[in-house]
Amino acid sequence: MDFILIAEQTLNGLQLGVMLFLLAAGLTLVFGIMNMVNLAHGALYMVGAYLTTWFYQQTGSFLLAVPLGLAGTLAVGIVTEVVALRTLYERDHLDQVLATFGLILFFNELIAILWGRAAIYSSMPPYLQGHVQLVGELRYPLYRLVIIGVGLAVALLLWWVVARTRLGMLIRAGASNRAMVAALGINIRLLYTIVFGCGAALAGLAGLLAAPIFSVQPGMGELILIQVFVVIVIGGIGSIRGALAGALIVGMVDTLGRAFLKPMLSTVISPSAADTAGPALASMLIYLLMAAILAFRPSGLFPSAR
Amino acid sequence: MKYKTGNLLAGIVAAALLSMPALAQQKLKIGFISTFSGPQGVIGADMRNSVELALDHLNRRVGGLETEIIYGDDQFKPDVGVQVADEMMKKHQVNFVSGIIWSNVMLAVAPRVTGAGTFMIGTNAGPHQLAGAGCHEMFFTTSWQNDQTPEAMGKYMQDKGIQDVYLMAPNYAAGKDMLTGFKRYFKGRIAGEVYTTVNQPDYQAELAQLRSKNPKAVFVFYPGGMGIQFLKQYSEAGLRGQFPLYSVYTVDELSIPAVKHAALGQLETRYWSQDLKNDANQKFVGDYRKKYGGKTPSFYGAQSYDGMLLIDSAVRAVKGNLADKKGMIAAMRKADYKSTRGKYTYGHNHFPIENFYLLKAVAGPTPTADPVMEIQATVFKDHKDAYGAACKMKW
Repeated sequence: MDFILIAEQTLNGLQLGVMLFLLAAGLTLVFGIMNMVNLAHGALYMVGAYLTTWFYQQTGSFLLAVPLGLAGTLAVGIVTEVVALRTLYERDHLDQVLATFGLILFFNELIAILWGRAAIYSSMPPYLQGHVQLVGELRYPLYRLVIIGVGLAVALLLWWVVARTRLGMLIRAGASNRAMVAALGINIRLLYTIVFGCGAALAGLAGLLAAPIFSVQPGMGELILIQVFVVIVIGGIGSIRGALAGALIVGMVDTLGRAFLKPMLSTVISPSAADTAGPALASMLIYLLMAAILAFRPSGLFPSAR
Repeated sequence: MKYKTGNLLAGIVAAALLSMPALAQQKLKIGFISTFSGPQGVIGADMRNSVELALDHLNRRVGGLETEIIYGDDQFKPDVGVQVADEMMKKHQVNFVSGIIWSNVMLAVAPRVTGAGTFMIGTNAGPHQLAGAGCHEMFFTTSWQNDQTPEAMGKYMQDKGIQDVYLMAPNYAAGKDMLTGFKRYFKGRIAGEVYTTVNQPDYQAELAQLRSKNPKAVFVFYPGGMGIQFLKQYSEAGLRGQFPLYSVYTVDELSIPAVKHAALGQLETRYWSQDLKNDANQKFVGDYRKKYGGKTPSFYGAQSYDGMLLIDSAVRAVKGNLADKKGMIAAMRKADYKSTRGKYTYGHNHFPIENFYLLKAVAGPTPTADPVMEIQATVFKDHKDAYGAACKMKW
């Protein structure tokens, strides 16, 4: 029984981890390569969730809605980059934070105007509902297994792109020394737009995976964005590998903390004290972890070479 | 002569300036604080819609006075709520501050407002501190004390003889009140008690813990957007058929459109329902649907609508003399207005003594319509909150 529970919570942690990874990968690339703090990354997650839900309702086919939603978010990301963010690369971080915070408000209001302030109905296709019998007594929701699978596949794909392709080489070069890349005649603007668009599409992918199980409403991106920032700080800014490691660590620590910290505490201190301290400590855990990692490795676990 | 004309002109100007505050006094200003942005903004929208509807019904003149309403967004943050309230009182010189969804925001804002000699008319949050030792003659609420609604559910489940109940709520002031209230009337065995982080997006880890405890029933409090996430994930995890779910402030007119069938058959307790048969409520629900494209209001809206009517009754009782605060307090204590819940009275701590009903989400009028909340039974008649004894106010 206990083993089943631990295994199930580990899967939950893994699932949260890959979800965070999808968001963190785009954010860390944009941060690392363009030196750009993009608070509006959560807004793109929301856009992905809304577009996919809407396309699913219009077409009735989830398989059709997924590419449409992804393409839509990619387009929104590219337009945002070209129209609003391009002028901000040379500015300091405070300007970027203010401008992208403005974008959050813009997107939230736009969504509220288009779809209303209330959460919209979203569901998963029937063939993704239900549970899968894993080992022994362990049953796990099929949809969440799909999330884990998609997340790990994307991680693999990203690794391949970054490590094995010419685009990846440029991305790595851009993260290390932007001026040199530009001096070698690479169209750095185009590279920025591509990277930002891909980051947006990844955020959109996280959003569309989240739509059937989370509440699809304006502001849904902000709830998860703080954790994503913790992930990239832990992992090291600009590093995909760091984003993956950070996401899995944060996902595990957060989930296992919420699940097991209170029972563990109650064996040490009185149960009533554990009732108060447990949830409070569990919600702080990832921030404590971040502080500890920053104390020993100020540039994160896998800092990109600079 | 010239000198005299100048004097006269100056006198006229001075007189005009002096009379301006007197004229301004004839205008009633109400500050309405709620959450209008972020994932919980949907609650604020329902409250604002209902306030606007109340103003329509009062011909835009609350208490017969020209009325200006100033909306403020607290962003679900106590510090922002205090800033907004300060601005309303100092810059706009409001006579009443009203609204407020969240107990933690209310606990920060209410003492600030009443301490400055301004009325605080709460239209949702009912933290126990304000019903007990922290009660104040300038504070009224048109909603309830937090414990009351879960008390009704606790009594219902106790009477049904349900054992082994697993409790869940978000970790903030109201979450604690809700589970305290539930346990005041439910005396059976508690299988577990879990507090989650406020606005947590995913409950999968907690639901796995829940399943491992194998309770007979589950009782939760997840207001607004949190309820939507929780209901979806409870369904998705396949727990609906396994562990019957009872809730307060979780399944309502705001969450049902987002979860649809996942709400069907859910039980809640509440002091109000859209199908309450009284004239004021029929008018409120009917006109709300007309004005807002067929949407059904929630209890958040009903309370906010009542808040405006309560202020109207107070200002009318003193014939628009807004300086007569004693007179307005005396008037509001009578609750002499047409409330959407029907007739109710105030306890000496200015919290309502009212009925609580068992509600069920039943299938809508057509096969494609969303489920609707309907009253099944009355759990408490004229139910008083548990904290009045600690309130030293006398009247």
